[in-house]
Amino acid sequence: MADLRIKIGPMEFRNPVILASGTCGYGAELEDFMDLSELGGIIVKGTTLEPREGNPYPRMAETASGMLNAVGLQNKGIDYFEKNIYPVLAKYDTHVIVNVNGNTIEEYVELSRRLDLLTAIPAIELNISCPNVKKGGMIFGTNPASAREVIAAVRKVYHKTLIVKLSPNVTDITEFARISEGEGAEAVSLVNTLLGMAIDASTMKPKLSTVTGGLSGPAIKPVALRMVWQVARAVRIPVIGLGGIMNAEDAIEFILAGATAVQVGTVSFINPRSGTEIVNGIEKYLVEKEFDSVSRITGIINRN
Amino acid sequence: MKKRIEDLTVTGNSRLAESFFVIKVYSSEGLPEIKPGQFVQALVTESPSTFLRRPLSVHDVDPATNTISLLIQTAGPGTERLSRLTPGEKLNLVYPLGNSFTLPAKGERVLLTGGGCGMAPLLYLGRKISESGVQPHFALGFRNRSRILSHKEFTSLGPVYLSTEDGSEGHRGFVTDIPEFRNEPWDRVYCCGPEPMMKAVAALCRSREIFCEVSLENLMACGLGICLCCVVPTTSGNLCSCTDGPVFNVNDLKWQTSG
Repeated sequence: MADLRIKIGPMEFRNPVILASGTCGYGAELEDFMDLSELGGIIVKGTTLEPREGNPYPRMAETASGMLNAVGLQNKGIDYFEKNIYPVLAKYDTHVIVNVNGNTIEEYVELSRRLDLLTAIPAIELNISCPNVKKGGMIFGTNPASAREVIAAVRKVYHKTLIVKLSPNVTDITEFARISEGEGAEAVSLVNTLLGMAIDASTMKPKLSTVTGGLSGPAIKPVALRMVWQVARAVRIPVIGLGGIMNAEDAIEFILAGATAVQVGTVSFINPRSGTEIVNGIEKYLVEKEFDSVSRITGIINRN
Repeated sequence: MKKRIEDLTVTGNSRLAESFFVIKVYSSEGLPEIKPGQFVQALVTESPSTFLRRPLSVHDVDPATNTISLLIQTAGPGTERLSRLTPGEKLNLVYPLGNSFTLPAKGERVLLTGGGCGMAPLLYLGRKISESGVQPHFALGFRNRSRILSHKEFTSLGPVYLSTEDGSEGHRGFVTDIPEFRNEPWDRVYCCGPEPMMKAVAALCRSREIFCEVSLENLMACGLGICLCCVVPTTSGNLCSCTDGPVFNVNDLKWQTSG
């Protein structure tokens, strides 16, 4: 047995494996395949103040070792969430985190304030990195001054654990991680999807209705791993690593690079029970390598 | 019904026509209840360029032998690989997925219509309708005589009206040109096929106020309602064709204009 527990801010997680926002619905969709209480946590679908229809179909294109999506934050808004989804989530025996989005700073603040009142939601993930919306999202996460402003404003009204989800579509991601730390975030998660596109040569048209979309899957893993390694060396707050994790070995690589925890995303589309398989795989690895806890290997490549 | 992820064993693979195959897979765990219209997500192995699972219609189910028939049309490396499955190989499925067709009431006159690979779910639907004591009729459209699929199986369940685009078999034209389709007083029409065909069928049914359900084949990633990629605009907003569908009543869809 190895101790898989990890800490982010004041929160203790059962293990370092968290389901990524936008790839696990509200958890219930995956309950036929795994016991959610065996996970460190789940980050539910990106939520906004008002209901959103998202982008027109087609929103997805398969690519080499990955996929592009352009969903555009389709969700039913915070009123519906509070009334119909929250009561279900409150019963889960795992940390349930909400991914927070807005067009404006005021919207991010108002949504965070509402979520601060929901006692069964111990943390939010501030999404300043969605590449598929015309306003907000990545616009905040690719400009240092805007990032600072929105994180500071949310920090004032949000009193629980604040995680900032960073965009890889920047020259220096460590700058945004330092800003997050400086404005009082408890952790950063990275990376969101990489901006990409796909064209159908036979029809001579873009494959996505929005032309561009966010690339995820193993195609982006080396980029994500490099960024996690850079950020882990640049800040003292915990780093949650994600981007192309398909199995326990991938997750372990992120932890070795300095991630305190990992998020499992696109792989759930292919193997809906990968979350718990990765938990078990990490434990097996630690036992085989004779480490008594996961924290002993966190950032081990940076220690010499 | 609980969804599962399971390695099934391939027991057969037969080529029906150019680029069309039926793969039979056996569940050693025993099949769950599968409703007509539901689909599976098949994992494609040994195809490096295939990343996502492939959604496949359930063509038929034999509960006595715990066997599912899946109809595959090769369209790229993923489906090519599936078409080369040989007996004894494993096929990993996430299933059963999606909603199902609404079965008719006793005494109703029902027509099942579709074309090409799209007619895949109609065989199992026809079987279930027949078992419920209602006579299914089929109007099936194909490009030409050599592309006609599963004709014998459909004929064993009820009258089959054929159309081919070149007139090499049955009525020349599309399914909506078949006289029995146009003239008989149908209470219900079930349709699965290419989108232009479904829109034409929907328009015909709406003009005659016939109950009509269609099964959509939108591009999808997960099949579980978690990626929100396969959405279709409906009167209740964008819905996932994988979990809210694939079967929709045409009155709920926002594609009424053309056809």
